[in-house]
Amino acid sequence: MTTMTIAKAINEGLRASLTNNPKSLLMGEDIGPLGGVYRVTDGLIKEFGADRVVDTPLAESGIVGTAIGLALRGYRPICEIQFDGFVFPGFNQITTQLAKMHSRSGGKLTVPVVIRIPYGGGIGSIEHHSESPEALFAHTAGLRIITPSNAHDAYWMIQQAVDCTDPVIFFEPKRRYWLKGEVDTENAGPASDPFQAHVLREGSDATIVAYGPLVPVALAAAAAAEEDGHSIEVIDLRSISPIDFDTVTASVKKTGRLIVAHEAPTFGGIGGEIAARISERAFLHLEAPVIRVGGFHMPYPVAKVEEDYLPDIDKILEALDRSLAY
Amino acid sequence: MGATQLPTPGINGTGLDQQSPAGGASSDPAAEMIQLLGPDGKLGTDPVFSDYAKRLDPEQLRGFYADMAKVRRFDQEATALQRQGELALWVPLTGQEAAQIGSGRATQRQDYIFPTYREHGVALTRDVDLAELLKLFRGISNGGWDPTENNFHLYTLVLAAQTLHSVGYAMGIQRDQKLAEANGSNDPKAAVVAYFGDGASSEGDVHESMVFAASYNAPVVFFCQNNHWAISVPTEVQTKVPLFNRAKGYGFPGIRVDGNDVIAVHAVTEWALEHAREGRGPVLIEAYTYRVGAHTTADDPTKYRESAEEISWRGKDPLDRLEKYLRSEGLADEAFFEQVKVDGDKLAAHVRSTTQSLQGPNFRESFAGVYAEPHPLVAEELAWFEEYSAGFEGDEEEGEGN
Repeated sequence: MTTMTIAKAINEGLRASLTNNPKSLLMGEDIGPLGGVYRVTDGLIKEFGADRVVDTPLAESGIVGTAIGLALRGYRPICEIQFDGFVFPGFNQITTQLAKMHSRSGGKLTVPVVIRIPYGGGIGSIEHHSESPEALFAHTAGLRIITPSNAHDAYWMIQQAVDCTDPVIFFEPKRRYWLKGEVDTENAGPASDPFQAHVLREGSDATIVAYGPLVPVALAAAAAAEEDGHSIEVIDLRSISPIDFDTVTASVKKTGRLIVAHEAPTFGGIGGEIAARISERAFLHLEAPVIRVGGFHMPYPVAKVEEDYLPDIDKILEALDRSLAY
Repeated sequence: MGATQLPTPGINGTGLDQQSPAGGASSDPAAEMIQLLGPDGKLGTDPVFSDYAKRLDPEQLRGFYADMAKVRRFDQEATALQRQGELALWVPLTGQEAAQIGSGRATQRQDYIFPTYREHGVALTRDVDLAELLKLFRGISNGGWDPTENNFHLYTLVLAAQTLHSVGYAMGIQRDQKLAEANGSNDPKAAVVAYFGDGASSEGDVHESMVFAASYNAPVVFFCQNNHWAISVPTEVQTKVPLFNRAKGYGFPGIRVDGNDVIAVHAVTEWALEHAREGRGPVLIEAYTYRVGAHTTADDPTKYRESAEEISWRGKDPLDRLEKYLRSEGLADEAFFEQVKVDGDKLAAHVRSTTQSLQGPNFRESFAGVYAEPHPLVAEELAWFEEYSAGFEGDEEEGEGN
């Protein structure tokens, strides 16, 4: 066991992938000598050289499009998009090309590309640097989307993304980059399946589902609710596409109440999808409507008011109160 | 009173011939266009490219003609199949045979080709069964052939997306060759050809692909068929400089070649591929040609262009000029041209019968291709569909179905 931050865990995971898989390579803006704006690729260019840690021109469609070409040639490119809000110039390549290549070739072509995107708010940044666009990708068949919430998962999940034959969008909770945790670099243990949700805390009165940056918030809310005598189960979704509905359903069948929390706007979001599926799978077990806690239907607000926008412990507790009182 | 008057750009709808090239060295595009075989069937000379043309033996020249005639015959058959309801849509290439056969025949087996959706002639040169191309247009596949068999990628319908794939693929070739050289391999070097058109040249992906290609010195040949029309919009709406001049801005060579001159196209492409394979970086070729027919079978060119323009381009026909040359030089006799016709009809019959036998796939196959690895949602939806479908079984026997 080693203690490291999430950023360091991803760095170590990338180092392991580059070491274990000679066809893997990193591509992105400022990922070479600078080590990325968040230093996630720090030191890798020295170790693996500029052919495998590629500082690209400043062009996101170019990064994803050339990654697809490299994958068609047998490589496993791992792209870094510098910030969530800058993925959109590459959106066309991701949704019309990357997601569909396997399908349109009748399974003859595979494009094992990983796209790393630091996402989410809470860092006091300027416009386009705090967004959560995961639902836009989850709606696209052909992509897999995973997001770690802790260092151990981060270390293993990035490697699993690289090993996956399908394209994977790897959302990194940027405000948790410096969150430290124990990492077992020898054994993945419970992290062996990146598409499985984890029950982080068991409870019997209600379930909170969260992922990425809101997992620590959900755990804190559950701890606060316990002081009021409520037993709250917390699930870290880990995979946004596919979603491990079996784990969520089993939990809801036990607790009867479900809160889904994410930073992304609730309208058209992952929370709505979970609510719909759970209503299909566990309708008679529900004691209250599924409640979503998430962003508002607005562009991500300016940093000085983002506290009001972001889901926090109080907003989750308020949702729990409503659910428990229903 | 009021608004500042800005100069009006001189769009006159007559194509690039009216424009001053960038740099202002010459106002005559013909002066900067490589042409060896003129519309009169006479072979001219060029200080660089004549040497490439001299490599061609009569057998190859006859082959060029046979290929062009074959793919034109195929084009007619596919158009007819669309008119008869056998295809949802067809994208004709007539007029662009020399650009496609000349460039395709310049590639070697180890090269990799990324076409748009009109490269039927290039497909022919890569030994793709042309009947396979029709699967896409018959609505039974979004691909149709195995790209790894002939190094001929699937058609890409999102304009210019494949130019980036080409550069990425070329970056992969670079890495492979570096490793191969370190291991003392003597495998022939490879390059990539990225096809796109004058319309697609406006897409941002073309720009980004040229930036990446230049930055990494990628072995890629950008082959732009300027056929003068992006559906209904003329080239001068896409560009105010001749397209080949754009290469200068990226720092690699750009060449305009007479796209209706198969000998010149072959020579220029062979030169560009050698340039790329030898590690000297990308090249942009602008094949100056003309889409004689409609953009697709859903298009009506009479609404946006003059028939006089079409007639003038028919006078520059790629097949006619090579036929004149072959006949005048005594390189092909009447029997040859008769045989070409017979072969064309044979191909057309093959394409027709194959197309008519191509049945729609089982919808269940659509589930299988979404992901390469097992996916619970896809599995769940397929299971639902099976159960739903099973509910209809036996309906006919009970007389409820129709």
